[in-house]
Amino acid sequence: MNFIKFLLITFLYLAPVDIILAVEPDEVLTDLKLESRARDISANVRCVVCQNEPIDTSNSGVARDLRILIRERLLAGDSNKEVYKYLVDRYGNFILFKPPLTLSTAFLWFMPLLVFSLGVVILVGVLKKASPSNKSRFSNVSNDTKFSDSLENKKGKK
Amino acid sequence: MRRFVFLVPLAFSLIIGTFSVWGLLNDRNPSEVPSALINRSIPKFNLSPLPGLRTPGFSRDNLLNLKKVSVINFFASWCLPCRAEHQSLIELSQNNEIVLAGINYKDINKDALDWLTELGNPYTYVGDDFSGRTGIDWGITGVPETFIVNRDGKVVHRFSGPLVGVKFKEFKELLTLELR
Repeated sequence: MNFIKFLLITFLYLAPVDIILAVEPDEVLTDLKLESRARDISANVRCVVCQNEPIDTSNSGVARDLRILIRERLLAGDSNKEVYKYLVDRYGNFILFKPPLTLSTAFLWFMPLLVFSLGVVILVGVLKKASPSNKSRFSNVSNDTKFSDSLENKKGKK
Repeated sequence: MRRFVFLVPLAFSLIIGTFSVWGLLNDRNPSEVPSALINRSIPKFNLSPLPGLRTPGFSRDNLLNLKKVSVINFFASWCLPCRAEHQSLIELSQNNEIVLAGINYKDINKDALDWLTELGNPYTYVGDDFSGRTGIDWGITGVPETFIVNRDGKVVHRFSGPLVGVKFKEFKELLTLELR
């Protein structure tokens, strides 16, 4: 019983965390579809004051202005892409959490693939070396058998 | 060839080490937001003057028609670093080759007027950006922020933070280059 009480209290403490967000009531759009698009966008937009925090949860003045601005653009009929472009025009790619694929970011984007391929090449090489069809290993084994054979022979002679 | 395979990890760590040392030693500030406006034409805006102030407001067209190097300074009476840089702005206002324009960012009208009366008004134009929208159009992250615009109406430099000390010196050097 005590444990359940403890759990309940813990969850009650945790519950408001999800509700306390920087988006203030006067910003929320009545159109739920647009509102959810606005939330999606603001989760991907970096706050330029408190960096590494999306404007969706930031309390800074500029973040609030940008949230309102995003909602205004959506109400004006902008697509998500157009809203992002509007923001990038003013603040550069820095404002996006996910860098777009350009010539200067190509290395960043393809690095994991490159490292993975390198890993595959190394792995294949190592496995090939270890496989029984490899002659040097095989000859080692046969040497061993010859050696044990000779031991057997010696034993037999005794 | 095979004998040198042991050098591969060494080469890797040398490459990574070089980048790390470079990252530590150069004076690049990773948290400084690069301005998207550099080498682009000034953004569209049209600001009304501060009510009660003689200095006119201004717009993008005003700046484009000047055919002069202009300095655009975002300020606010609530901003402490702005007070620190005010003396530098007064110094700049004595240079007739440039036009110094101020954008009063998210400020209460009376406070802004008091500020300019107390510290002196260095600006040829003062625009009222109460909503902060023009600030967003210029991509500012806070005040004070100062832009140098060349004769063709292109933004060439952006300085965030107060123009004092070494920063002001650097600012004046870059400004002199534009004036040549």
